[in-house]
Amino acid sequence: MTDRYKVAVAVALVIALVALAAPGCGSGAGAPTEVVLVTHDSFAVSKNVERAFERKTGLELTTLKSGDAGESVTRALLTAGNPQGDVLFGVDNTLLSRALDGDVFVPYESPALKNVAERYILDPEHRVTPIDHGEVCLNVDEAWFAEHGIDPPRTLEEVTLDRYRSLLVVENPATSTPGLAFLLATVARYGEMGWQDYWRRLRAQDVLVVDGWEEAYTVRFSGAAGSRGNRPIVVSYASSPPAEVIFRTPKPATAPTAVIEDSCFRQIEFAGVLRGARNEEGARKLVDFMLSTRFQEDVPLSMFVFPVNRAATLPPEFVKFAIVPESPLDLPPEQIEANRDDWIRAWTDIVVR
Amino acid sequence: MSGRTWRAATYGVPLAFLGLFFVYPLLSIFERGLRSDGSLASPLDVLTDPLTRDVVWFTIWQALASTALTFVVGLPAAYVLGRYSFPGRSLFRALVIIPFVLPTVIVALAFLAILPSGLERGWAPILIAHAFFNVAVVVLVVSTFWASLDRRVSEAAATLGAGPWRSFREVTLPLLAPSLAAAGAIVFLFSFTSFGIVLILGGPAYSTIEAEIYNQAVRIFDLRAAAILSFVQLLCVGLAVWVTLRLEARVGTSRSLRSEQDVLRPPRSARERTVVLGALGTLAVFLGLPLALLVERSLSVSGGYGFDAYRALSHPTSALLATPWEAVWNSIVYAAAATLIAVVVGGLAAFAVADSRGPRTLDVLLMLPLGASAVMLGFGFVIAFDRAPIDFRAAPWIVPVVQALVAIPFVVRIMAPTLRAIDERHREAAAVLGASPGRVRREIDLPIVGRALAVAAGFAFAISLGEFGATVFVARPDNPTLPVAIFRFLGRPGELNTAQAYALAVVLMGVTAASMFVVGRLRVQRQGWF
Repeated sequence: MTDRYKVAVAVALVIALVALAAPGCGSGAGAPTEVVLVTHDSFAVSKNVERAFERKTGLELTTLKSGDAGESVTRALLTAGNPQGDVLFGVDNTLLSRALDGDVFVPYESPALKNVAERYILDPEHRVTPIDHGEVCLNVDEAWFAEHGIDPPRTLEEVTLDRYRSLLVVENPATSTPGLAFLLATVARYGEMGWQDYWRRLRAQDVLVVDGWEEAYTVRFSGAAGSRGNRPIVVSYASSPPAEVIFRTPKPATAPTAVIEDSCFRQIEFAGVLRGARNEEGARKLVDFMLSTRFQEDVPLSMFVFPVNRAATLPPEFVKFAIVPESPLDLPPEQIEANRDDWIRAWTDIVVR
Repeated sequence: MSGRTWRAATYGVPLAFLGLFFVYPLLSIFERGLRSDGSLASPLDVLTDPLTRDVVWFTIWQALASTALTFVVGLPAAYVLGRYSFPGRSLFRALVIIPFVLPTVIVALAFLAILPSGLERGWAPILIAHAFFNVAVVVLVVSTFWASLDRRVSEAAATLGAGPWRSFREVTLPLLAPSLAAAGAIVFLFSFTSFGIVLILGGPAYSTIEAEIYNQAVRIFDLRAAAILSFVQLLCVGLAVWVTLRLEARVGTSRSLRSEQDVLRPPRSARERTVVLGALGTLAVFLGLPLALLVERSLSVSGGYGFDAYRALSHPTSALLATPWEAVWNSIVYAAAATLIAVVVGGLAAFAVADSRGPRTLDVLLMLPLGASAVMLGFGFVIAFDRAPIDFRAAPWIVPVVQALVAIPFVVRIMAPTLRAIDERHREAAAVLGASPGRVRREIDLPIVGRALAVAAGFAFAISLGEFGATVFVARPDNPTLPVAIFRFLGRPGELNTAQAYALAVVLMGVTAASMFVVGRLRVQRQGWF
């Protein structure tokens, strides 16, 4: 017992010392051999794509993940000038102004931008580079509407009609990213004066508000496979219908859910080289790589978003079952940043209280 | 080790650990928040906001009510497990902890599915869910202590003519008080800082201080308001802990403890058997229903049932970039490391806390990590450890360290009552016989403490297996743990993804039950040596 106890204490101390010493080892002088990507928890890239980057550049790619996009931006703001890594990925257009105002990035104009449409390049100084876009749209359960002999709504406006009463579930914009995007969609459509009235009408039609996407889509929405929900209209993504095909066995011939294209709000995700990055050269190479077709063709199936590089080909399920909205609703990032909190507060007063 | 070195270690190691990994990062983020607009303005505007008042009030009362409900649900089973031996007793103790480790989101979604419609949102389901999650704390902490209380004391009371209720109230309850206080404090802190449960089951009209801190820090990016609210939260939590510890100290007198074999006996009469079955059966149904639903959802595919989701677990997926089994392995490795840290640091701290000469501040400080805002602590880490030689922001060991912060309070609270109760006479007798203080500790204290230590280590391991709140806020290299993996699958559309999230929750249940069962076995063997 005595010896065992001493051994246990000794082992614990050794582990503690080694652990404390470990981070010191890597930070020696010389050319950096590693590039660090700071991102949110939903980031994903296929292993072989990651390896392709490492082979091509000779750099080891380390990914640091934590929390959602909002948390990664907060973290970047807190460490501006002395960042956790070299590149930040995951700032979207709803958070862009906050990140730019916080001066967390240095400009870098990637040569690969020539393949990217002008509408995705929101910062003329190129402090951020667009990587993907994924629209937030109302999804409808086709089977439910067929069964009940009602035509699904085709526009944002139609959703407020009496025949769609008690059919819509949305996420709280105060706690959910798609929830916020849908609120922004209504602001973009009805303007600063009109959106509140739209939500009053939705409330009168018994809209259900839930905390997050997981509950809205997997529990309340009737169209998700295995769900016992009774709401056939939900706020989700333009990429949700192909996912309903890909992850179902046997794969259905037609997508069981569809998107109301008129309701889509554009979300663009950006990457930027962090100011004070230890490996700025490597950071640029990583941004270039993220725009290459190799990476861009991987994003649909690993993150369920769409590539911004027009040379990238979409996987067949996306071609067949997803629509890329032609002209989704949109708001300038500065306008979002200036009003976001007021809009959410006003929304809470109208819909929740 | 001399007595003085030992004493220095029992205070010094926990203080250094908490100082570095808890106080320093929290102070860093508070300082940043309060300084963010250049001046230290009065916090009154945040404090007098009617919204803040509503949220603080709701947080306090739901935490008190949740704690009360948890005791109501848990005490009958704690009594039965603390008094009787019966086949399957250790299995039941291994299973009861399962809800405690499950990620809140997935259980909240399961609750939504079984609560009758109309009742599935509001304050009632919040309290029920808190009782579901935390009842293991009451059952295990109290029953472990109960099983070490001499049966003869309450039997003597009965002989002297006290009715069962009076004997319970006047004899057993005061004796149990330290463990009741310990369990109560932990359940209160967990309910107080609850976040996912409240937002999902309460609906958009309910919020807690913790949720409001998150909202201010991340969504609104008002670090000042977030820091003020965190301060309020720490104050409430510190006060609650201080009051409980006072109660514990007032009633906690030293008494001799017995080993389980001397205390537990099989139920003899039909009435006793009914009590055992009734108490355990009720709890089993309460805990089993939501868990059964998780199992059912993990098996439901393509409109029928099948093991597709489990089969899919052996393939690498884009959600994880690894096979989900690697997440199981990561979880076990992290949890083992966190348990080691928690047992060493928390074990030393328990000796300091049990030492009646010691100050109470360490005791309160040790509990605070359970009541601190996880998101603020996570942000504190990135600004506190941002420069060599303490640039720990990308160190993989930061995950078990954070998990240990949450586990240490358990180790201390479970071990301290036992340590305090060690009969002083044992020590004195040993000292008279010429044993050094070190030898007394090793040969008297440690064996008795072994049992409490095993329970504490089991809890620490379970906590670390299921820890999600704090872990998710520290940036970590991409070694997903089980809760992280569950959350990633749940965040993706598509039938197989949802089913895999539930399947992984079932795997987490299994890993937890298995490890608790092993800990239970170890304990039985050890008692044989002593």
